[in-house]
Amino acid sequence: MRYLWLALLLLVCVAPAQTVTVGSKRFTESYVLGEMAKHVLEQAGFTVEHKQGMGATAIVWNALKGGSIDAYPEYTGTVGEELLKQPGLTDDAMRLALKPLGIGMSGQLGFNNTYRLVMRRATAEKLGITKISDLAKHPELRAGITHEFLERKDGWKPLSAKYGMNLTDVKGIDHSLGYAALYADQIDLKDCYTTDAEIKRYDLRVLEDDKKMFPQYRAVFLYRLTMPKKAVDALSTLVGKIDEPTMIGLNEEAGKSKNYAEAAASFFNAHGEKGASAAAAASAPSGGSKILRLVGQHLELVAVSLLLAILIGIPLGIVAAKSGPLSSFILGTTGVIQTIPSLALLALLVAVPFLGIHFQTAIIALLLYSLLPIVRNTATGLAGIPAPLRESAAALGLEPGARLRQIYLPLALPTILAGIKTSAVINVGTATLAALIGAGGLGEPIVSGLALNDSQTILQGAVPAAILAVLVQIAFDLLERAVVPRGLRVGQAGH
Amino acid sequence: MIALKGVTKRYGSLTALSPTDLTFETGAVTALIGPSGCGKSTLLRLILRLIEPDAGSVNIDGVDVTEANVQDVRRKVGYVVQDGGLFPHLTARENVCLMGKHLGRSVDLKSLTDLVRFPESGLDRYPLELSGGQRQRVGLMRALALDPSTLLMDEPLGALDPLVRSSLQTDLKEIFRRLGKTVVFVTHDMGEAAYLGNRIVLLRDGKIVQEGQLQDFQKSPAEPFVTEFLNAQRAPVFQ
Repeated sequence: MRYLWLALLLLVCVAPAQTVTVGSKRFTESYVLGEMAKHVLEQAGFTVEHKQGMGATAIVWNALKGGSIDAYPEYTGTVGEELLKQPGLTDDAMRLALKPLGIGMSGQLGFNNTYRLVMRRATAEKLGITKISDLAKHPELRAGITHEFLERKDGWKPLSAKYGMNLTDVKGIDHSLGYAALYADQIDLKDCYTTDAEIKRYDLRVLEDDKKMFPQYRAVFLYRLTMPKKAVDALSTLVGKIDEPTMIGLNEEAGKSKNYAEAAASFFNAHGEKGASAAAAASAPSGGSKILRLVGQHLELVAVSLLLAILIGIPLGIVAAKSGPLSSFILGTTGVIQTIPSLALLALLVAVPFLGIHFQTAIIALLLYSLLPIVRNTATGLAGIPAPLRESAAALGLEPGARLRQIYLPLALPTILAGIKTSAVINVGTATLAALIGAGGLGEPIVSGLALNDSQTILQGAVPAAILAVLVQIAFDLLERAVVPRGLRVGQAGH
Repeated sequence: MIALKGVTKRYGSLTALSPTDLTFETGAVTALIGPSGCGKSTLLRLILRLIEPDAGSVNIDGVDVTEANVQDVRRKVGYVVQDGGLFPHLTARENVCLMGKHLGRSVDLKSLTDLVRFPESGLDRYPLELSGGQRQRVGLMRALALDPSTLLMDEPLGALDPLVRSSLQTDLKEIFRRLGKTVVFVTHDMGEAAYLGNRIVLLRDGKIVQEGQLQDFQKSPAEPFVTEFLNAQRAPVFQ
């Protein structure tokens, strides 16, 4: 027995279980390719960790460069246009350019996952639209375009120019939410990856790129050059093995079951052997007038939602100030709302039939988030008024309503204002998420920039948003000085 | 005149005030005195219905105080608490004129400041910017602003240091004399009660033990507790 342990120990020392970490981006195809990489690496004897759906290109790419992952699936178009920012390179030229960064690139896996536009089949048939050039005659169509595509160098703007499209209703929307919106007839047109399983699931019509606008996005693996040769060889076994129908089939299966490992395994079981494709992109920063427009939208989101939150929150706080089951219910509910992740709240609201992907939906989400600090501070401020002051107000013969308006609320004003300020500052930050459902604001460049690995575009949204938050804070400090009477400001006792 | 008939207040098993009959004559100054928790402040609050009585009735100047007329009654009664009970977000002037403004009635600030000897320059200060004695004077002005028939005071001088307290006692005595209003005040200081009041009501455990003047308490105590209570007070005023 003892020898067995010794032997095992020896084995561990001699052949240390080499660990390889694989990353993937946050969409189905990347998950599946990550699982396939895991499969072949495990076959080659490695211990593999797959960090699923780490984020957009920028995040996964930086994780690879930083060494927290060893490999991830990428697309040639993205490598050339976004990571290296040198469009039109051949694969070998890319490898040469990646080498100084300590990164290697595998051969093409096969499929080309590029961009197309899709419509509901019924709408497309009714209007007789089969190719992108047909869209020039239909400026009335409602488009819901991913933020990435809106900003890409080969994206919406050049596409519109090349095909003479003149659509007026164009919103920026998250990719998956966009499919839901298309299906729900809230938009008529969106961009897609040619290997998206949703195309088949929702029976959508892919419009032909009749002027050959979109470039090729061939799937590859990027890996760190420090990765063992054996692991590189293992990944290379997938080169040229995955064609488009195969990838679409795998995406569909994974989309349905949400079990990416199983989808990947089905490939090895069926031993698919062809090519396929994927998509990714490049970005173009935009001008100052656009920033002003986004700041305007952002302020509108914050102002409208905050105003509503004040109108609803203060009365709720007044009710909640009197302890009892109703108070617990109000404070409990607003508290629970605050704990829902903001993205999840948006997704939940989008699913509500009469809301969908609208400005109002973003307003409601922001309003819900703003409630807690206002309700809680109103309740705390009112409950903290000393009993002798309450008694004095009553003894004077002020009616209950007048007591509230003339005495209690003014006394609680500093606390209530502090709550509103907290809500406003949180709101400025949270409002960046409104871009995910097409409500605009400073989140638009942030979301686009993240998808495009373009820090400049991210900063175009992040910097103004941060400045805005500081300005809001200053504005409320000034407001507090203006409206809170000297007698209530702490540390100013006379005599 | 204030007349209490069978007024009772209990908190669970604790009796705050046993059924009590008590009359305060018009123009009389009455001191309610007794150890902490004896029910003297409760009695004052019950008069204004700041707490609901369990039983009994309160009649002020011929009007029974009910849920329906309580705001009207309160406006005809001035109420002063320890430290003035001033609203910190309002200046002295705004505190004094609060009810006048609310009801659209004018307030004679000049006579009030003269009466309580408060400097007009202090009217635009906030309570935090006034001394304890000044706050008490502003509280008194606020209580008197609508020229009430009756003045109720709950330990009005309780928070003041002895010198300020003494000077305010002198001023209060003069004010009571000049106004001739029905006054009921709560104190725990027998000296103050004897100095300001023409009648003293001693309470213990929610019951009236004895009422009358200081001499009555000294000469014919109703029970040993009365003497005990007098002896517990440090004495100079009694000689």
